[in-house]
Amino acid sequence: MKHFLTILSHEVRMLLVSPSTYIAAVAFLSLMGFVFMGILEDYSKMPQDTSPASVFFLYYWIPVIFMVPLLTMKCLAEERRLGTIETLLTTPVSTAEVVMGKYGAAYILYMVFWLSSAGFFYILKHFAGDAHLIDPGPILGGYLFIAVSGLFFVAIGVFASSLSRNQAVAGMICAVLLFGVILGVEYLARASWLDREALAPLKEAVNYARVFQHYEDFTRGIVDVRELLFYVSGTVLALIFSILSVEAKLLHS
Amino acid sequence: MSAAAPLVFLPPQPAIEVSHLVKSYAGVMAVNDISFMVPRGEIIGFLGPNGAGKSTTMRILTGYLPATSGAVSICGYPVASDPDAVKRRIGYMPENNPLPDEMRVSEYLYFRGRLKEIPRGKLGARIDEVLELCDLKRVRHKIIGKLSKGFRQRVGIAEAVLAEPPVIIMDEPTIGLDPHQILIVRDLIASLRGRMTVLISSHILPEIEMTCDRVLIINQGRIVAQGTPADLRREVLGQSAYEIEAAGDLTSIPFLLGSIDPGLSLASESAPDEHGFRTIQLKTLSAEDSGEAILRTFLSEGLRVRSLTRAHPTLEDVFLAATRRSWDAVAEEPGRPPRP
Repeated sequence: MKHFLTILSHEVRMLLVSPSTYIAAVAFLSLMGFVFMGILEDYSKMPQDTSPASVFFLYYWIPVIFMVPLLTMKCLAEERRLGTIETLLTTPVSTAEVVMGKYGAAYILYMVFWLSSAGFFYILKHFAGDAHLIDPGPILGGYLFIAVSGLFFVAIGVFASSLSRNQAVAGMICAVLLFGVILGVEYLARASWLDREALAPLKEAVNYARVFQHYEDFTRGIVDVRELLFYVSGTVLALIFSILSVEAKLLHS
Repeated sequence: MSAAAPLVFLPPQPAIEVSHLVKSYAGVMAVNDISFMVPRGEIIGFLGPNGAGKSTTMRILTGYLPATSGAVSICGYPVASDPDAVKRRIGYMPENNPLPDEMRVSEYLYFRGRLKEIPRGKLGARIDEVLELCDLKRVRHKIIGKLSKGFRQRVGIAEAVLAEPPVIIMDEPTIGLDPHQILIVRDLIASLRGRMTVLISSHILPEIEMTCDRVLIINQGRIVAQGTPADLRREVLGQSAYEIEAAGDLTSIPFLLGSIDPGLSLASESAPDEHGFRTIQLKTLSAEDSGEAILRTFLSEGLRVRSLTRAHPTLEDVFLAATRRSWDAVAEEPGRPPRP
């Protein structure tokens, strides 16, 4: 992993000069801004049971589905389309270093976007002056959930990018995969046909993989090792598949 | 005293050694049993029509593609089992010279230098050196995507020589350049002679002829000819030609030719022009220059001679002849479908 930092810093720079990063940032902040504003309006009308933070993070999947593809679709697809992967892999770097560097850069940017939304809470605290609106527990839990689940989501994006040499195709594959992982699993978990006795193990597996369930646990302050393991193992698997995909495409190019 | 390693002066290892290299893609033989060797410090040209397997061979040499069978080693390190050692010893510029469009020239070189493990402290000075060498100082802060083709090509070359590798492999470094830029690139490559081993492929034959010490011609994945340009001319064409413009009674010429050189024969004869001069073409199998003897014989026959030239076959002729020869060999192979 000698070259990991070189590639990481290079990739962060490349992301910072790429227009799609800024599209993602603007779309993310304006969307989450509107969501936050809506929440505040509700809270100003009548008192609510839950803290605004836990409602705010409930909408995490909307930015994830468009932001992760925008951040990652370019990383390996563009490299192969331009042919720069050839110059990259003929230096003493390994495919794993290249994939990890690109993944790390996308993850850093992903987290920077999310952490910038902490400004909303700061503004609320500064102007509302109402301490009970700002409950640090759900906020920290929410950000922890974002950080942990982001590992897996960004890895899915990197994997999608390794599949195609066309950025748009890679982006769409990524969005579809994320949709399946977040909303598809949720839909399955609510489907009544899974309640049958014979399908009980499947039901259990689906419940284990419910991202919304994980979100709820995190914001309540429950950090379950099984849930951490779900994201970490998913991340490792997606990255291994990305590395294999890049290498397989070389063998069959 | 501990046993000292015996002092044996091994002959310097060849920079590139390829033996029985085969690469097939989905049943198609891209490279078919190629063997060659390049000593250190030599500039070698790789010629061949499109799809001959040049780029594939180069990619295998760099360790980017795995070979189907055969052995390749760079500076004594086998590519298959020690790709990292090989990658530290090569500078490679792929076909079409892919570069990231968003970076500045100096940034790109810095990034590549770090990847090639040049120590941070030396990198700045080394970048200045290659920028100077490739005449890129003026554009060092420009964005690569906005550079003209000639500059981009030179950025690619600067990148290849950046880490001072012993072996440099360049796939068509002069493609798409204007004659002036070709000249610059050619000088640049020539300036590496002796210090680095350079393998370049090109379609531009005079280019190869001028820069390269040795030429390899491949077609259909096989080596069809190799040697110095002069050797190749002799080997492939096997003859030299003379062209004489003479006037007078030429009927006795065919008989006289035998007395000059038994292999000499009349190839063609044109109609006389208004002054009575005909252009006669003679062919011989011998490599010696028999121009003087021809001239003397013609004059002693009382013929008037206006000019005598010895035709120099260019590498182009050699290339065409060698590739044609290999097409014929392929066509004669039994059980092979005829070429479309």
